[in-house]
Amino acid sequence: MMKLHHFHGGIHLPDHKSQSTQSVIAQAPLFSQLIIPFHQHAGETAKPIVQVGDHVLKGQLIGMPDGFISSAVHASTSGTITAIGLHPVAHHSGLPNLCATLIPDGQEQWCQREPVDYHSLSPEELQQLLRMAGIVGLGGATFPSDIKLRIGKQKVNTLILNAAECEPYITCDDMLMRERAVEIVQGAEMLRFIVDAEQVLIGIEDNKPEAIVAMRQAVAKSGASFEVVAIPSIYPGGSAKQLIRVLTGLEVPSGKLPTDVGVQSFNVATSYSVYRALAHGEPLLSRIVTVTGNVQQAKNYEALIGTPMNELVELSETLPDSNGYIMGGPMMGLPLPDIHVPVVKATNCVIIASKKIFPPPPPALPCIRCTRCVEVCPAELQPQDLYWFAKSRDFGKAQAFSLFDCIECGACSYVCPSHIPLVQYYRFAKSEIHSREKEKKAADIARERHEFRQHRIEREKLEKAEKLAARAKAAQALKSAKADNAELNK
Amino acid sequence: MFYSPYISKPDSVAQIMGKVLLALIPGIALYVWYFGPAILVSITLASLTALTTEALMLKLRDRPVMPFLKDNSALLTAWLLALSIPPLAPWWLVVVGTAFAVVVAKHLYGGLGNNLFNPAMIGYAVLIISFPAQMTQWVAPHGLGQIELIFLDQLNYIFLGVLPPDVALDTITMATPLDTLKTHLHLDEHVNQILDMPIYGRLAGHGSELVSLGFLLGGLYLLAARIISWHIPVAYLGTLLITAGIFHLFDPSLYVAPMFHWFSGAAMIGAFFILTDPVSSPTTNKGRLIFAAGAGLLTYLIRTFGGFPDGMAFATLLMNICVPLIVLYTQPPIFGKKAKGLDNSKGQS
Repeated sequence: MMKLHHFHGGIHLPDHKSQSTQSVIAQAPLFSQLIIPFHQHAGETAKPIVQVGDHVLKGQLIGMPDGFISSAVHASTSGTITAIGLHPVAHHSGLPNLCATLIPDGQEQWCQREPVDYHSLSPEELQQLLRMAGIVGLGGATFPSDIKLRIGKQKVNTLILNAAECEPYITCDDMLMRERAVEIVQGAEMLRFIVDAEQVLIGIEDNKPEAIVAMRQAVAKSGASFEVVAIPSIYPGGSAKQLIRVLTGLEVPSGKLPTDVGVQSFNVATSYSVYRALAHGEPLLSRIVTVTGNVQQAKNYEALIGTPMNELVELSETLPDSNGYIMGGPMMGLPLPDIHVPVVKATNCVIIASKKIFPPPPPALPCIRCTRCVEVCPAELQPQDLYWFAKSRDFGKAQAFSLFDCIECGACSYVCPSHIPLVQYYRFAKSEIHSREKEKKAADIARERHEFRQHRIEREKLEKAEKLAARAKAAQALKSAKADNAELNK
Repeated sequence: MFYSPYISKPDSVAQIMGKVLLALIPGIALYVWYFGPAILVSITLASLTALTTEALMLKLRDRPVMPFLKDNSALLTAWLLALSIPPLAPWWLVVVGTAFAVVVAKHLYGGLGNNLFNPAMIGYAVLIISFPAQMTQWVAPHGLGQIELIFLDQLNYIFLGVLPPDVALDTITMATPLDTLKTHLHLDEHVNQILDMPIYGRLAGHGSELVSLGFLLGGLYLLAARIISWHIPVAYLGTLLITAGIFHLFDPSLYVAPMFHWFSGAAMIGAFFILTDPVSSPTTNKGRLIFAAGAGLLTYLIRTFGGFPDGMAFATLLMNICVPLIVLYTQPPIFGKKAKGLDNSKGQS
């Protein structure tokens, strides 16, 4: 048994996971229409490379990575592109995004797949393959995996597979591990090969005993020396820096990356899709989505990217008293004002809400500085002070008190006896600071322009005056010269 | 609005304050046993005054009345203040003190969560300065007074200021153990001599030492229920113990033993119930240690060298002033800034 470490704070949550682990992963049917956004990853939107009317094959590239941090987008099935335009998507901004509408032909006709022997390729070649396969972090942040694999001159000693799945209700990683552990382990070996890590740790919260057994068996079968570590189920144990702390005892410095302490981590589902991409030549076309909450039968589905979420949740039969939808978990999930959005690479879970499951909080009272939030904050911040600064719009102070180290896990809000929506205040302060910085930058540029213009006008004036003076002087000189000549001529 | 997190722990300010009130019960029960039921009258009077003034102020400040009235914070202020006023004090003393605590110390500073000072201690300070005579008429503990008033007589005295015809005020009241000690030390008596007087019990005052023990019990419950952290009571009682211990070792005939300080006056209720008020105490653990240590030292100094009978209230208020500064200078390092540089290859745990 390896020695585990602790991170500060955290909370024990009722996990509500068993309701969606009763049956195996179900294959979601092919619906009559897929909506595939070109921006499903952190970074720049992919550039559409298909036209309306094009017939595409399953796995065909339809969006080209555009920019350093970007990823590829593919047709999830074969069919016809009938539209490319703005469509509502699940996003914090609530703004519609560029999407391709794909009408499946039902043939599921694959494009040319090219499995590779990863041992024969260089890390750079493998990174490029993963980039073009649209592999992004499937834990929810959807950061392009190829970027995380570009470690430059740094040395990664430890590769971590993040299978903590610490949020209540979500079980997509749990079920994936129970059913496809062998593939996950092979994917982990590929990731290990790319970053050349010495050690691979697979961290799974101890509330998933079946997954732990399955993964241990798969590791034993593969002959790899990976270690499957059962970690205590303390939220947010799946947050990267907290998991690294628990597994290795290392503290990733504020504002730095895990690779700065020789660690890199990937979600288990990402590892699985890395395996599919390299061993089978299949780009990321589907993912496991937990549909749970106020439904008849909570379940995990393997759904194609672009599957209409409204049709997906109906497979589980939403109950009549439902009053909303959440994408993600109950601690950090995104509220979906509109369920008519597509399943994207970030869609790990859809929770159907009801008043019974998520009762509205009582009205907020003032903060009494009880510091329960301090006790649970995994970033070891002073949430009550940050709240005070955000509320009084003292953003400078908020930044000085490390506002941007807040990971918005919601543990503080969860325990607040005054029921203050603390995380909302932090989001507000962060976005205000960002927009002010933007404004300041714009103002700086405008001021610089203005100053330059003033300077130019001044300079031109000066030059003009100098020219005039020179001319006058020349005229004077000419005059006096003429006069002199006249004198001489006399 | 609908935003994350969508779940929350079933806990509330009212529950926290309610548990603190509950924790006061053992101390109050022992109080009633030794000093008669008059204290229950003061507590009731203070509670009614607190709720009325709280409602009035909320109305005046245009705040929702019911959610705040139900938060139990005004009740807690009322109980703490009532417990620091002599139980036989005239009714208006309790009313004036409580009203001042709620109106000025709490609401003029912005209400719940915004008061710089502990409201109950402000109420106490105002009363002891304005009405020193009434504030020092403590009822003699059970078995020590020449005469014990029955409850009806107590009520008569509290509300009408009338004593039974054959009873003089002096026969039912006496100075507190702390006061008695101070007076007799001024008469150049030795500590040991003084402590032989019937007013003293095993550790401190007869009766009052057990009331303190009751508050200690309640305080331990608050610690177990994680309503308060250990920092403030431990630092406060520790500093009081060490300071009193040093003086006592220096000259035991002049300076009373540390246990006397622990179990007399407001030390126990202060350590667990007053200094620990979250609103007016520091939010950092290191800050709590400094804050409580300062209060412990001040309590001792005021008790031993000052003019007031007990130092708890003023020590609390003086340290309340320092809280913002203490908090600012005791900010703990955050996660990601604790390890030095990048060289933490060994990890720490």
